[in-house]
Amino acid sequence: MTRGSRLRCRRIWGAHYADPVSTTTQSTLADVTASDATLRRFLHGLPGVDQVGADQRAAGLGSRSIKTSSKKWALDLAISMVDLTTLEGMDTPGKVRALCSKAMRPDPADPSCPHTAAVCVYGDMVGIAKQALQGSPVHVASVATAFPSGRASRTVRLEDTAEAASAGADEIDMVIDRGAFLAGRYLQVFDDIVAVKQACGAVHLKVIFETGELQTYDNVRRASWLAMLAGAHFIKTSTGKIQPAATLPVTMVMVEAVRDFRAATGRQVGVKPAGGIRSSKDAITYLVMVNETAGPDWLTPDWFRFGASSLLNDLLMQRTKMATGRYSGADYFTLD
Amino acid sequence: MSRTDVRKTYKLYIGGAFPRSESGRTYLVETADGTTANASKASRKDARDAVGAARKAFGGWSGRTAYNRGQVVYRVAEVLESRRAQFEAELVGAGSAAAQAGVEVDAAVDRLVWYAGWTDKIAQVHGSANPVAGPYFNHSAPEPAGVVAVVAPASPLLGLVSVVAPLIAVGNTCVVIASQPAPLVAIAFAEVLATSDVPGGVVNILTGDAAEIAPWLASHMDVNGLDLTGVDDADLARDLEVAAADNLKRIRRAGVEDLAASPALDRMTTFLETKTVWHPMGL
Repeated sequence: MTRGSRLRCRRIWGAHYADPVSTTTQSTLADVTASDATLRRFLHGLPGVDQVGADQRAAGLGSRSIKTSSKKWALDLAISMVDLTTLEGMDTPGKVRALCSKAMRPDPADPSCPHTAAVCVYGDMVGIAKQALQGSPVHVASVATAFPSGRASRTVRLEDTAEAASAGADEIDMVIDRGAFLAGRYLQVFDDIVAVKQACGAVHLKVIFETGELQTYDNVRRASWLAMLAGAHFIKTSTGKIQPAATLPVTMVMVEAVRDFRAATGRQVGVKPAGGIRSSKDAITYLVMVNETAGPDWLTPDWFRFGASSLLNDLLMQRTKMATGRYSGADYFTLD
Repeated sequence: MSRTDVRKTYKLYIGGAFPRSESGRTYLVETADGTTANASKASRKDARDAVGAARKAFGGWSGRTAYNRGQVVYRVAEVLESRRAQFEAELVGAGSAAAQAGVEVDAAVDRLVWYAGWTDKIAQVHGSANPVAGPYFNHSAPEPAGVVAVVAPASPLLGLVSVVAPLIAVGNTCVVIASQPAPLVAIAFAEVLATSDVPGGVVNILTGDAAEIAPWLASHMDVNGLDLTGVDDADLARDLEVAAADNLKRIRRAGVEDLAASPALDRMTTFLETKTVWHPMGL
């Protein structure tokens, strides 16, 4: 590589890390949502994401090696960040109860194993999950707003949200209207999120972008800012129903957005990658990425979550391997 | 015009692919013509990956009909036969006399054919219809145990074939630690497996130090059987058996045996489990 090309690379990387709102103050952020035109101008004014640079940066972070006591700490942290999820048409009350007991005591043989952050279920299962989790610190998260497609009228979506919230959900995972977003009707998406947040009341709101349908990293960055401006507590990559689901570079773009948003407004927003994270190694890579991109402030279950189901078993197997010194097997952990 | 030598890099065989050891290590193998080769020296993580590959392949392989498994094992014999010249040369390289090499390839091919024939007969011989005091048919049928870890005996080709063929014939998948002094023949045999319809992961071959890798396989909770045929150190064999007891692995104990003699059924039956079903009669 010549000196010139090295410098060019650096310049591209520099753009990737530019502060998108260095000239924007908090007062002007309030103005950008005044109309569709101002919102579009703001979102399209965000610096573009260098796709190759983002992919390369993510791949570079994936090669970090985390061993021994650091790995042990990271595994426990990852377990405590899991939103143990079941979102199937065939969910039964029995399955949801089994999932809840697993969330409270992921490894029944080891009391030192932390509980997961939450269980994530469909709205009609919230009551059952709430009852099963009574007295435990595990939250109940419910998907709402015509999950996973979001293709329903606003009235129906708000009703869906209100029902899940009144059933006792601690967290609501809403989907955005990707059709409206891709068509450029940003204010409509913004108003949707604001309305859902209102319907949630005090309940925490996570906004799902379904990044697999947003096509570009630029769109992911725009959607992140849009959701944060509308008041989301968490931004979440995917429903898990569309491939590709969460990827490391997409999540990194979102983590950069929450970092920049806090720098601009002082408000911290959480991030939740969901779908496609199956191995402990993947999970630890995400933690490394969060630490390197946004810093340790996000390394708690309050600000970073994994939406997953099979990941938990792999984390438990790794944890058991570290404790016993021998490789574990899938036969020794519950399927759900 | 002179041509550049195309030399083969001997690697591992895991999940149908030929990766280098994750550790990047190799060890020197002396060959009969005075040259030396570098064989991969597998680490515990390669063993872990191989067990993962074998577990993944188990459902599909054990779910095939016995007849189909027989065809695949027979196909391995066919491909080995067609590569006879290569294997004779490999065996000579590993120290066999030329005449002995031909005999050993013959025996290896014949053994594969013999086990290929047994795939759809073992259930008839080893299973049973049990008379019971009630209106039920009661059948006992043998089923494969799962993933079996094997320490292969020193005989580089016939030894390897003799331990692998019975396992895959009955539907098990395996992770084999090849003979440490003669690993090149084992990797050449992996090329035969890779080109004869044996699904990736059904047989995984590691080369390196058995004393280093075998304890990880013996204690691995996702391994269902342990074949210690190639372990000649009595202390190591005992330690491996103790480690394997934790999840009640089926064990074939270490011990010298005459591999040239006709085999019995015990290499197949050791790694079979018996399932008994009751079925109402007259419905």
